[in-house]
Amino acid sequence: MMITIRYFGLLAEVTGCTSEKINFSGTTIFDVKEVLFQKYKTLKNKDFQVAQNNELNTDKTKITSTEIALLPPFAGG
Amino acid sequence: MNRYNRHIILSEIGSEGQYKLNNAKVLVIGAGGLGCPVLQYLAAAGIGTLGIIDFDIVSESNLQRQILFGDSSLGINKAIAAKKRLEDLNTSISIHAYPENLNHKNSVSLFKEYDIIVDGTDNFKTRYLVSDACIITKKPLVYAGIYKFEGQVSVFNYKNGPSYRCLFPNPPREEEIPNCSEIGVLGVLPGIIGSLQANEVIKIILNLGKILSGKVLYYNSLNHQSNLIKVSRSEKEIQKVIDLAGIFENLDEGIRCKVKNNNITLKEALTKKNIQWIDVRNDTDQIINYPEIIQIPFEYLEQNLHKIDKNKEQVVFCHAGIMSKKAVTILQKHQIEDSFSLKNGAFEVMDYFKNK
Repeated sequence: MMITIRYFGLLAEVTGCTSEKINFSGTTIFDVKEVLFQKYKTLKNKDFQVAQNNELNTDKTKITSTEIALLPPFAGG
Repeated sequence: MNRYNRHIILSEIGSEGQYKLNNAKVLVIGAGGLGCPVLQYLAAAGIGTLGIIDFDIVSESNLQRQILFGDSSLGINKAIAAKKRLEDLNTSISIHAYPENLNHKNSVSLFKEYDIIVDGTDNFKTRYLVSDACIITKKPLVYAGIYKFEGQVSVFNYKNGPSYRCLFPNPPREEEIPNCSEIGVLGVLPGIIGSLQANEVIKIILNLGKILSGKVLYYNSLNHQSNLIKVSRSEKEIQKVIDLAGIFENLDEGIRCKVKNNNITLKEALTKKNIQWIDVRNDTDQIINYPEIIQIPFEYLEQNLHKIDKNKEQVVFCHAGIMSKKAVTILQKHQIEDSFSLKNGAFEVMDYFKNK
């Protein structure tokens, strides 16, 4: 299925876009991350959380929606 | 009370609400991009007691966004310069400036003197310190962070809600996310985000509207996109911090000791329960084949971290204890903290397993 991934903060610089659609055939958040790590090698070194349908998820959470967001912490003040 | 007339005539605030504001005590950590607008609005609103802690001095490049300061503040400590400006803004409140560094030693006793803590810091080390000290002292934390044109805001530890560690359990592996002084920031952005923080502080005091607890707001000033992401409370993450309460004030030194002690002998290793042995030698002609030992050659360590059972204590060995030392540094960088390097290397391990 097609899912939309949104990138915040410096993750948008890593991927070169603030959002994109990808064709996804896995089942969990972990699988989404694996696909993205393949696509963007340096993403693996970044710290972020993943939200699905505007709710924070863990690696084991099943994909049930088509809206995924990658959320990094911001240090600046 | 003419000063607060526009608050008092709001039926949601009234004299009673203004009285609550005048009796509130709020501590702002960092008088920088976020801290300045927070302090400005809280002082104007008549927050009765304002604390400001910042060790830094005002420099010219701060003036583009740190709106409490002007040319006459250059070279002056930020907490002191902010206090001076705010005393002119509102003479009827009391302002305490702490021109010092926040650390594990002074944070708990300082936080206890206030009702609400505001995080306006600019680095992860202090953010985690502020968050942990708030958990220990049970203080609501009005948090925000910024990056270039984006900001994130949330209220933590509010009425049994989640904490910062429920959102981001551990500090980033490296300080790889640079701060504003290294990458730049749109001057008005901390003004927007800091104003949102001041708004949450006032709402908490007045018990008004919906508090931004259990959610983190991401705001992008370039396209006006804002996302509210739901965050759940993680008892496990909060308990980890509460468990540190007894030793919290000595934690800076504690961390240093821990780093020193991770070079151990076989005898010391064997006092540990639940060991995972990791062989990081690059040449594999002498594999020690026991189920308790996993082989991850040093050069492939970072790619194979998933093979490591993080619930165990890691004892890493190589030929002579040099490469294993480097490996432990890498593991600790990736939050695998209970890892130790074996001083005398593989031959001891081989001996031990043969005679076991």
